[in-house]
Amino acid sequence: MEWTDVDTWIVTAGVLTAVACSIPGVFLLLNRQSMLGDAISHAVLPGLAIAFFLSGSRDLVPLLSGAILAGIATTLLSEAIRQTGRVEPGAALGVVFTTLFAAGLVLVRLVADEVHLDPACVLYGSLELAVLDGNPVPPIVWRMAALMAMNLFLALLFGKELQSVAFDERHATACGLPTKRLRLGLTMATAVTAVLAFESVGSILTIAMLIVPAATAFLFCRSVPGMLLVASLVATAGALAGHLLAIGPLPGLFRILIPSVGGSAWNSAGVMAATTGLIFFGTLFGAALIRYGNRPLGRKNRDRNQPVSTDSSAD
Amino acid sequence: MNDFLRVLLLQDHNTRVVMAGACLFGAASGLVGTFLLMRKRSLLGDTIGHSTLPGVAMAFLIAWAAGGEGRSFVLLALGAAASGFAGIAALWAVRRFSRVKEDAALAVVLGVFFGSGIALFSAIQDLPGANAAGLERLIYGNPASLTSGDSMLVAGVCLMIAMLGFVFFKEMKLVCFDEAFAAAGGWPVRIMDLALLAAVVLITVTGLQTVGALLSVALLVTPPAAARFWSDRLEIMSLAAALIGGLGAGLGVLWSAMAPGLPAGALVVLATSALFAASLLGGTRCGLFFQIQNRTGAARRLDREHVLRALFECGRDGTLAVDEKTLKSHRSWHTSSLRRALHRLIGENRIATDPANQGLRLTATGLAEARRIVRNHRLWELYLIEHAAVAPGRVDRDADLIEHAIDPAIVQQLEDTLDKIGNPGVVPANPEARV
Repeated sequence: MEWTDVDTWIVTAGVLTAVACSIPGVFLLLNRQSMLGDAISHAVLPGLAIAFFLSGSRDLVPLLSGAILAGIATTLLSEAIRQTGRVEPGAALGVVFTTLFAAGLVLVRLVADEVHLDPACVLYGSLELAVLDGNPVPPIVWRMAALMAMNLFLALLFGKELQSVAFDERHATACGLPTKRLRLGLTMATAVTAVLAFESVGSILTIAMLIVPAATAFLFCRSVPGMLLVASLVATAGALAGHLLAIGPLPGLFRILIPSVGGSAWNSAGVMAATTGLIFFGTLFGAALIRYGNRPLGRKNRDRNQPVSTDSSAD
Repeated sequence: MNDFLRVLLLQDHNTRVVMAGACLFGAASGLVGTFLLMRKRSLLGDTIGHSTLPGVAMAFLIAWAAGGEGRSFVLLALGAAASGFAGIAALWAVRRFSRVKEDAALAVVLGVFFGSGIALFSAIQDLPGANAAGLERLIYGNPASLTSGDSMLVAGVCLMIAMLGFVFFKEMKLVCFDEAFAAAGGWPVRIMDLALLAAVVLITVTGLQTVGALLSVALLVTPPAAARFWSDRLEIMSLAAALIGGLGAGLGVLWSAMAPGLPAGALVVLATSALFAASLLGGTRCGLFFQIQNRTGAARRLDREHVLRALFECGRDGTLAVDEKTLKSHRSWHTSSLRRALHRLIGENRIATDPANQGLRLTATGLAEARRIVRNHRLWELYLIEHAAVAPGRVDRDADLIEHAIDPAIVQQLEDTLDKIGNPGVVPANPEARV
């Protein structure tokens, strides 16, 4: 294990992406639209493939516009299906993104010969490869920094409104807030984030970092600003620790278990996602244990003997 | 060309076996997916699909370390099932120990398991001599790689799930529609929910080779969503979903046999999506075509009744001819929709052009119908004034909104009531005149 410049850039890009994703993630979680990030990061594939095909290059502008169009199409189509068929929103979203993803896989295979394109690389992304091009600072670092700044700015600007929509939509509408437009705006911001992050560092990090840090923060935060702060911290910690594990201990452990293997570094994005997951589940079980330990002895019996009315007022 | 025919006519034993396995898989996942849809948990399939990945990788690694090649489908399927159940346990833990909502729990488990899976796969790629290509077919699906033994296994599991779904249909229906009632009636709701989740894991694992881990959710979601457009009865819906799923998988396998260069799992999904699109357009419950037909039909009936009433009222109870200009100024309607309604009425011989003064007049049948329509309108106006205390000045508009949607039996009842008040006559007088 040897720390090089490349590692610094991988961690920088990973942390920036993680924080940039965790900001809209907090609002997605509160609006109960958590699966949207996963859906959009799958659905942008045909947009990317068509943009590759039309422009014949890996330029950022056509790629981004193709992917953003695909992201918008996902939300509009699933809304249309939900309304015509009166199916639950999750199912409508499921139909749309699986179709788009399948179409994308076919299209990528079709255009893969035209432009140099590795389907697996497009799908999962590779932080390791992404930071290799460009000196002195890899362009994706700038891109992710800009994305994070944009999301932070949007959160400062619309955070309060989004918060009130998330907690009581009817109240927000009655107060005169443009509820539908706010929700659409959140969807668009998620689409742009997912697309930019997907194109730069791949889907794994995007899918995991949109929701896992936000969910971790949700476990013990009582306010939206607090959640944003904790989610960013969790995202940073997950990305940093993930990369450290990926280049050192994990391959090392692997080498002990299976001695004949050379054991180079693991996929950083994957390990970052897994590490953030560890933080989440650690917090979850830690909090549960503390609660269990704090519970007064015999409380269960006392509760049972109390009259029903007291019980409900205590709730 | 000969090859196409060979594939289409299922002349190879292998094609037949793969076909049967894929169709059964599609049908079983359509059936299970219907219950998932009714429980509003469609995206659960997505999480379980992704959460099989670490298990597949682990099984491969263990097999490799033990000296095997690690490509046996049964072994990888066992690993996938184990990690699918681990995913369910994780979901349960999140829901049990925190206030995190269902959708967030799904997204968290999905993200974490997907990430771990990809990390393990990257480790496998470094193994000397290990062929990771065998794993790729489980991520993206490749039905052609099913051996006949694998297909038998897939078919067996799917048949078992379909039979269980059939046997416990009534109980599942109860849980789907009213969970609290089912629990109060003594049904083990939790155990049945768990059984449903177990069925989803099994379906996902058997589908690994047909559509792959990332897209297995498609066959759980798309067929039931398509079936929604055909019926809102659960029996018919689940049957339609099983049919659409089976057909979609079968067509997809045929398609991939004819286009060998393309990812087969994606083709299976696209074939199912095409069936969904067909249902969206042509479904008999709320397909787009039927919705448009219903809507234009209602709009036409409305225009027709308005035209007849306008002719009756402007032409002094239908005795005089009326020109189009007067008709147009009588109501606020589009010139084009008025023209179309007039054309249709002329075609049906309800109205005729008056040769003397270039106007329009009601024929005998048209007059009878107009009388009935105006009579309904007046009855409603009276009813609203007498019983609903609507001001006479605005009663015309209110009656306008109701009268088209009323059936003759209620009209009869209204007439009887109004007879008692003392308002006889073929067509009651316009109450607004009394103001």
